[in-house]
Amino acid sequence: MSTILSIAGLRKTYSSGFIPRRQEILKGISFSVKAGEIFGYLGPNGAGKTTTIKCVLGLIFPNAGRIELCGRPPLDPRSKTQVGFLPENPYFYDYLTAREFLDFYGQLFGIGTDERRSRAAKLLKLVDMERAADLPLRKFSRGMLQRIGLAQALINEPSLVILDEPLGGLDPLGRKDIRDVILRLREEGKTVFLSSHILQDIEMICDRVAILVGGRILSQGCLTDLISEKILFTEIVVSGVGEQDLAPHGEPLSAQAGRTLLKVYEEDRIPAVLDLVRDRKGKVHSLIPRTQTLEDVFVDMVRPQ
Amino acid sequence: MTVAVIARNTFKEAVRDRVLYLLLFFAATAILCSRVLALLTVGDRMKIIKDVGLASISLFGALMAVLIGTGLVYKEIEKRTIFTLLSKPIRRHEFLLGKYFGLVLTLAVMLAGMGLIFLALILLETGTVELKLFAAIYFIFIELMLLTAVALLFSCFSTPILSSLFSLAFYLIGHFSWSLETLIKKVHPGLGKTLLRVLAVILPDLETFNIKTEVVHGLPLPASLLLTATAYGLVYAAFVLMLAVLVFRRRDFV
Repeated sequence: MSTILSIAGLRKTYSSGFIPRRQEILKGISFSVKAGEIFGYLGPNGAGKTTTIKCVLGLIFPNAGRIELCGRPPLDPRSKTQVGFLPENPYFYDYLTAREFLDFYGQLFGIGTDERRSRAAKLLKLVDMERAADLPLRKFSRGMLQRIGLAQALINEPSLVILDEPLGGLDPLGRKDIRDVILRLREEGKTVFLSSHILQDIEMICDRVAILVGGRILSQGCLTDLISEKILFTEIVVSGVGEQDLAPHGEPLSAQAGRTLLKVYEEDRIPAVLDLVRDRKGKVHSLIPRTQTLEDVFVDMVRPQ
Repeated sequence: MTVAVIARNTFKEAVRDRVLYLLLFFAATAILCSRVLALLTVGDRMKIIKDVGLASISLFGALMAVLIGTGLVYKEIEKRTIFTLLSKPIRRHEFLLGKYFGLVLTLAVMLAGMGLIFLALILLETGTVELKLFAAIYFIFIELMLLTAVALLFSCFSTPILSSLFSLAFYLIGHFSWSLETLIKKVHPGLGKTLLRVLAVILPDLETFNIKTEVVHGLPLPASLLLTATAYGLVYAAFVLMLAVLVFRRRDFV
């Protein structure tokens, strides 16, 4: 697969205040995004995710490093024709209606009137905003702005879509809808670069991730390489067996309404627990093996910092 | 044409802003008040109507240019709409020029509106409209083009309130800088005089665009004045816009 975005040795320092204090936000970042994948850019708040994206889009100027966007430098307008961008907490021209808004961005790409109209209609349908097409954006809720923002990012049929916290501030249904759109973009052969701190969402859809902490990339690679398939422990919920009887097999965590949650660390002890429950005429309510999640990897990495 | 697209959107933004209509309402009131003032005047009533009318158009036009112009770029940065905009294939100077021409277009429309009210009043009073009145409005327009460029420049690095103060200061200085010439004549030769001369060159002379005296008193209006004033206004505006582009080009949008 060819590389659509490559970043090497990116550094950015801000100086702020009356007596300028220098603060290094990015401390030499390198990664690349391959065409056709969904790339997750993870990190806690303030790690430098948005700063990286702004460097890529030419909104701020890095102090050092090299960025190539579709094989060109980021300030080259030709590279931008291939890119769609949805900022974090999108704010848009609130005096425009949704349709006018999409039309305006379409014009900036030099798309013809008829084509603009048909694309706007298609995108409004894609993000399920047809009913609000002629409402001014100032009447939109946060979730609606996020949806129309996504539509705006796709108006030029970009090959690379950059989404900064696309799922932030959305309700579960909204998150699912946006996730579906992202997956659909990959099916259409587009590349998606998304930053997030909501790990469950990333885990579900990303092919590769990079984890950014304190301006440095701590780890990057395929999700399957980062997360081991090993079972960390098994959670068993049982009833009809006393807590003290379960204790030798694992760690009884809570007891509510006669049910006990038992955390079993060794896999070969599970049959013994099940036998015990059967002997006591008890009941097994659930048995869930917990494998390592992205969140575990993430927490392990972030904690020592 | 990216500049034209942004200019059209800026025009849309400005005409959907209520401040503009408030100013237009006050401008219309001020122009019509000149009729009332004329009633209280001994002598040529038409002179008062023309003088007060043109002064109102100039003042309210300047207020529109400053109040809207200073917010133009600042609002884009503050509301973060600039992030999405500059992620599109737009060069930064195209963005600035688009904003500028959008506001110039808005001012042209507003000036046409105020001008119509003014000319209608004159027509009602005298039954004719002199060509010179059109020239006077045209001069106001050139002055506003310059003032808009200044407002935009300040808007690139300062808050709207400060930018408004700076731009209004520019307007006032511009209208009183001619008095420097009087001062230069009275100062003895030396460093002070040289400094004053430099200052007189740098500071804008907005009185170049004020032909109220000629219009009101029916003095002749040389064609060369029309040309030099236009050239002066446009070159000055282009210079200020260039400064704005320089400020804007290397700016980080945090």
